[in-house]
Parts: sequence; structure tokens; C-alpha cells
Amino acid sequence: MLRVIGKRLLLLVPTLVGLSLLLFLWVRALPGGPATALLGERATPEAIERINALYGFDRPLWEQYVTYMGRLVTGDFGVSIETGRPVLEEFARRFPATLELATFAILFAVLIGVPLGYLAAKHYGRAIDHGSVVLSLLGIVVPVFFLAFILKYVFAVQLGWFPPDGRQDPRIDATHATGFWVLDGFLTGELDAAGDAFLHLVLPGIALGTIPLAIIVRITRASVLDVLGADYVRTARSKGILESTIRDRFVLRNAMLPVVTTIGLQVGLLISGAVLTETVFAFAGVGQFLASAIFARDFPVLQGFILFIAVGYALINLVVDVSYSFIDPRVRVQ
Amino acid sequence: MSRPASRRRALAALAGGTAAVVALVGCVQSDRDEPGEASDVDSTFVFAASSDPASLDPAFASDGESFRVSRQIFEGLVGVEAGTADPAPLLAESWEQSDDGLSYTFQLQDGVTFHDGTDFDATAVCANFDRWYNFTGVAQAESMAYYYTSLFKGYADSPADAVYASCTADEDLVATVTLAKPFAGFIAALSLPAFAMQSPAALEEFGADDVGGTEEAPTLSEYATGHPVGTGPFSFDSWEVGSQLQLSAYDDYWGEQGDVQEIIFRVIDDPTARRQALEAGDIDGYDLVSPADAAALEDDGYLIESRDPFTILYLGMNQAVPELQDVRVRQAITMAIDRDQLVSQTLPEGTEVANQFIPPSVAGYNDEVTEYEYDPEAARQLLAEAGYPDGFTLQFNYPTNVSRPYMPNPEEIFTNLSAQLEEVGITVDPQPNAWSPDYLDRIQGGADHGIHLLGWTGDYNDTDNFLGVFFGSQSNEWGFDNEQLFSDLEAARAEPDLDAQIPLYEAINEEVATFIPGVPLAHPAPSLAFSERVESYPTSPVNDEVFNQIVLTS
Repeated sequence: MLRVIGKRLLLLVPTLVGLSLLLFLWVRALPGGPATALLGERATPEAIERINALYGFDRPLWEQYVTYMGRLVTGDFGVSIETGRPVLEEFARRFPATLELATFAILFAVLIGVPLGYLAAKHYGRAIDHGSVVLSLLGIVVPVFFLAFILKYVFAVQLGWFPPDGRQDPRIDATHATGFWVLDGFLTGELDAAGDAFLHLVLPGIALGTIPLAIIVRITRASVLDVLGADYVRTARSKGILESTIRDRFVLRNAMLPVVTTIGLQVGLLISGAVLTETVFAFAGVGQFLASAIFARDFPVLQGFILFIAVGYALINLVVDVSYSFIDPRVRVQ
Repeated sequence: MSRPASRRRALAALAGGTAAVVALVGCVQSDRDEPGEASDVDSTFVFAASSDPASLDPAFASDGESFRVSRQIFEGLVGVEAGTADPAPLLAESWEQSDDGLSYTFQLQDGVTFHDGTDFDATAVCANFDRWYNFTGVAQAESMAYYYTSLFKGYADSPADAVYASCTADEDLVATVTLAKPFAGFIAALSLPAFAMQSPAALEEFGADDVGGTEEAPTLSEYATGHPVGTGPFSFDSWEVGSQLQLSAYDDYWGEQGDVQEIIFRVIDDPTARRQALEAGDIDGYDLVSPADAAALEDDGYLIESRDPFTILYLGMNQAVPELQDVRVRQAITMAIDRDQLVSQTLPEGTEVANQFIPPSVAGYNDEVTEYEYDPEAARQLLAEAGYPDGFTLQFNYPTNVSRPYMPNPEEIFTNLSAQLEEVGITVDPQPNAWSPDYLDRIQGGADHGIHLLGWTGDYNDTDNFLGVFFGSQSNEWGFDNEQLFSDLEAARAEPDLDAQIPLYEAINEEVATFIPGVPLAHPAPSLAFSERVESYPTSPVNDEVFNQIVLTS
């Protein structure tokens, strides 16, 4: 197993080198540049020229790429043009926020999606089935930013049940040691801070988790339907095995493989959803920073962040592959 | 409105969810305080900023959000007279200019201390001037010491260009700054936050000038990320990057402390999100309210405050476009536009119609300037004379999804203007671009644009800060070469006597009015919105708004 994982990690290297080149070229192909974004209305051709020279953007592309790669292998991802802070530091600061939000979104999607999909399959053709199909369709077709906006307008602005944005009430004086603010609250015993941070996760988490939820409902439903019709389930029933045992040991376990794959894939998509959700909810995570980096043409940030996200995505999929063999011992990771 | 209570209801509703949720809700319900009811909360003022400050060291900042924060922490020798753009005494009680116009002797305010407890005196003043003058390398870049570079021109390593020469601490509270070249706007320039007085001890201790990062890229110093020390009414507490920045009242402030004891700047970059945060009661105020939002918020009982306009919104014309090289065409476009209608239909209350490229409060404003009244018939006539009896097609560039102090809603302005231009036979070819950097790059970086929307917010009361920026030299934006205008602006800028500058700029305004490089449209008044508990807010045309002057209802 370890050797397999090692091999997969090694294969990641050429992928990342290729990606870094693509990213490097892509950000430079965008119209305008960081100097224009930085200076705004005050930009003069001379000032733009001087700033480009300062960052080395006036040098030949290949030379810039060689310099960039040279620093990359030493772990230097450069400095954000917009904030003047190291890219790695910026990512480390914001990643816990996004991870916390994504965890909420995935938990929301799984804890509701799997039971709902199971129930729909169990009561195939009945009202709950139709209901779940319609709901999951809706969940897929409604754009994330629109859903985010509606959720916020109704539940934060109109009803006032949830805070409209941010990660915590700014008036709460909380200690943030790990960057995961809900966890921080528990660690320091500031339970009100943890609760407030949790409340701030609800609306963006639901907005972000809705597409994965819809997909998980559909996959679970289809997969459970498939298994329910299998011979071994019929046999188990005829032997008089308890229905709850059949559900847990025979149906769900076998139906989970495609669901786990889907969850793995969804985690990657969450990042693109986070760009929109975090912007609407002023949630200081990776997605929001990435969005502003695009407008600022913050080359080092765009290059670094997307590379980090790609690594994360690859790792998550590795974890998914490995988890197969736990769910289904017949599967061997290769 | 009882937000916290209804939020608890939501928690109860959530309890039907997962076991983890239920457990957490239990904690929250039993432990959560009632924000808004504790006595200390009333003096906390939460303001939504559109971004983090770029730097806490104002010498290395030039953006509005950095300056908004630095105006609370720092003060300059020169301040701004309340509600105007005119210089006024602040850390300097008074000053005198020498006969040759090159030396300024400042009498300093007594009893002022920096937040670190050190005294503010003449030595501190000279330490600041010498610090700026001795910036080296990346510190001199426009992305760092923008204002020093553009106003004081040169540094210790390039003394031939430098406007600054030296500073001497004559007495404990008397400092003399000597310039190498005349600089009529010197006193007014010192009101910029970029030239605020900072604690020499703190600058030294936290390495404020260590701004060179990996190779060339400038990085923030330790000082600029977490240790700014000034003499202002508020001292720095903490900065949670991306989320919020906290300041609290400085107990030994030499001036008057107001109602606000604690300031929290929250970062909310989306304008709609800022409005919703105000409506949800999470913030006390925000800036650059769109005209539509301002009307709706005012109806709902929120306080809307408008700044006196220190802005100019114009329709630029690119003379690289052949049709626009004919002054008759440019005049026709000017006369095709009903500015009163534009202002009343699309711009915020308090906006003034413009007839020149500087706001009325700036020196050199010409009351007698040539005006082109709205007259679509005459416009058609002029187009016919210029050889376009059937009109022509013209690119109209405008930015999208952006709100600038001088242009809160470019899409609406574009729609209004293009309808007016179509009226006289000009076919508009709409060219929208995302503001940053696509739009800016298109206008400033090349010749591929026709007429366009742009403008300016003045930094301080300096005419060259408007006219010189627009028309000081040949540029892609305007696409003309007018040696006369360039040299007149050069001469006005070089005039060391402020009073002598006025007629020069008045003449330049008239010169521009007949040359018609573009249409000055309006001086939009940026507005801010506040919660009901804010009684008044000290609006300033140049954003010199210090929160100790906010009045809160008890």
C-alpha cells in the first residue's frame, strides 16, 4: 500500500510542473497587468514601466519562468503584489477558513444527502422519492452565487436568524490559535465564540453544500436502488435477517463506493464554489482572496494558490482511492 | 429589532439536524452573551471597509482604505479645516515661510505624545522628514512611497531631483524644513496621511524601512503589519488580515476624545454585502453607497451623509480617433449632453454639474469659463459642418462592476449618455470592460478606445493634482499633443507662490474649455450610510474623517 501511495505522489510531480507552466502563461495572457491594477487611475506609462521592472515582468518570459521555478523548488512561492506578504503565508492564513467552510458544506451534503438518497430508493416511486428527485434537480440548476444571495437575503437580512457575513461577530474578543475558529472556541473554552463562528458557517455552508448535496442524493439513490435489487439482499431478507442489519451491512456498505468517489470529486469543485460563496458572505478564505487576486492580477498569488489547490485535490483523490479498500476489501489500490 | 434572539430561534430550528449540531447548539444557547446589551458595546464603532489596508505605514500607502485607518492612528503637521479641503494647523500650531519661499518654520503643539509614550517634538519631525528622504531601492517605487516620489521627486541618492533639502530642530518645539526647490503645494501636501508623523522609536524598533523581500518584490515590514505608532486619537490593537482591524481610544490623546472608544474595521469587499451587513445590524456604517441604495436606506431610517464633492467625472475623448480630432465634433458631443438630466437621474444627491475639470473648491476654478449649453439642434448642426450630417459610429468605453467615488454606477451613466448621443445621430458602439485592470489598461495602455468614462478624486487641495494629472503630458487616454497646454501646466506648477498660481490655472481652465479634450460631466458627492445610532459623522471632501468626531446617540 505505502509503495502505491509513494508512486502516486511521485506521479504528481510532472503533473505539477506542467500545471505551473500553464498557470504561469495563463496569468500573463490576461489583459492588463499588476502595475495597472496597483496604480489605478494614477497609472502613467512610466510608473507602469518602473513597477514592471521592479517585479521583473519586463524580462523575457523564459527567464521569468526559470527564476520562478528556481524559487519554487526552494519553497519560495513569492510575495503577493497586492498585500506585500509571502504567498505561502497568505495561503496558510486563509486555508483553515475555507477548510472549515468546506467541511461544513460536505458534512451538510453527506449527512442529509445519503439518508435522503437511501430513503428515496427505499420508497422508490413514492412521494419522498419524487420529492428528493425534484429537490436534487433544483439543487443542481440553481447557480451558487444566486442561492448564496437568496439565503443571505432571506435568513440574514430579512429574518435575522443568521449573521449576514464574516466568520465571527467582530465584537467578540476571541483567540484564534489554529485558524479554525469553531475549533478555536472549543480549545480556549470560549464556547460563545465557537457558537458564533458556527452560526457564521451555516448560510455559506449550505450555499456551498447544495450542489454536492444534490449530486450525493442522486448517486446514493441510484446506487442503493441497484443494490436493493441484488440477489444477496433478497437472500438476506428471505433468511429473516433484521431490516436494520440488511441496511447497514448489506445495502449501505455496498452502495457507498460510487458515493465516496463522488464526494471526493465534489471536494475539488467546492473550491470553485468557494470563490463565489466566500465573496457573497465576505468570508475571509482562499476563494475570496483568489477572486480579488484575479482582479489585482496578483501573479504570484494566482500561481501559488492554484498550485496548492491542485495538490490538495490530488491528495484528496488519493485518499478516496485508498478508502475504497477499507469499504470494499476486494478493491486493491494500484 | 432583536437579532440575537431570532438567531437563537434559528439555532433551535437547526437542532433537528445532526447530533453534532445539536450538541453545539446546546452550548451556544446556554453560553452565548447578548451582543449589543453589554455596556461597553455602545462605544464600539464597526465600519465596513472594502478591503484590508495595503499597509499600516502610511508613508508606504496610497489607497483609500489604508488612509482611512491611518487617519485614526496618525496625525500630520498640517491637518484639514473641517468640511473643506483647506490646510489647517494640526501637530504644527503655526508655520512661517521664509522670504525666499524655501524654508518653513513650524511651531509644534505642546504636550503631544506618541502611543508608545515617547514625546512628539522637533527631533521627531526631522526624523520623519529624513526617513522619507533616505528611502532607498524598492521603497522609492510608486507601489510603495507613491506620494513622496511623486511630490518630492528625489531622494538622498538622487539629490539633484529632490525638492526636500534638510530639516533642523531649532528648539524643542520648533522645526525648520528647508526645500531645495520651490513647491507651492508644500503645506497642503503635508495634510496627506502619507506625510503623517510616526514615532521614530517604533519605526526603528520594528524595522519600518525593511521593505525589500525576496529579490525585488517589496514586502510589508513588521511595523507596517502590526506596530503603527502615531499621535492620533486611536491606537492600534490587532489586525486579523482579511477579516478585521481593531483600534482603541488612546488615553493620553492631546486633543478631545469622542464617543467612540473602539473602532473595528471589517473587510466586506462586495458593495451589496456591505449594505446587507448594515441592514442586518452587523455594522454601523460603510462608504461609497450607490445612489439607488442611498435612497432606499434613507427611507428605512438610516443616516445618509454626503461629502462635499472633491471629484470630477468626465467623458474622455480619444483624439487618436479621426472623427474626434475635429474640435467641432468634440463640441457637438459636449452640446449633445444634458448634464442636469444626467446628474438628477443617475448621480447621488449633493452632486454638482461640472463645467471644468476641477471642483469649485480647488484653487484656480474659473467662474467665467466658456460653457456649452445643452443644445441637440446645434450639436447636429456642428456634426454636419464637420462632414457628418448623418452622424457616425463611435466606440463608447465604460467599466463594469465598479464603484468609484466619482462614478458610483458607470453602467447607468453609460446608458444615460449613449441615449443622449444617439439623439444627435451618433451611433454608440458599447465597449464594456471589467474595471481592474482590463478597463484601465484599455484606456491608459493603448489607443483602442473612443469616448470613455473616467474621473478623479482629489488627494488634497492642489490644482496640479487634477489638471496636471489629466493634461500634463501626451497620453494614451486623450491621444492629443498640445504643446501649449503642456507648457502652461508646467509653468503653473513651477510657480512657487500660491496666489500667483491662481490666475495661471484660471487661464488653463479656459484653455481646456475651448480645446475640449473631453466633457466635464459632474462633481459627484460620495455618500456614506450609518445605522440609526449614529447621530453625525464628520464628512470631509478629502476624506479627512477622524472617528473621534462621530457622535453616537446614547
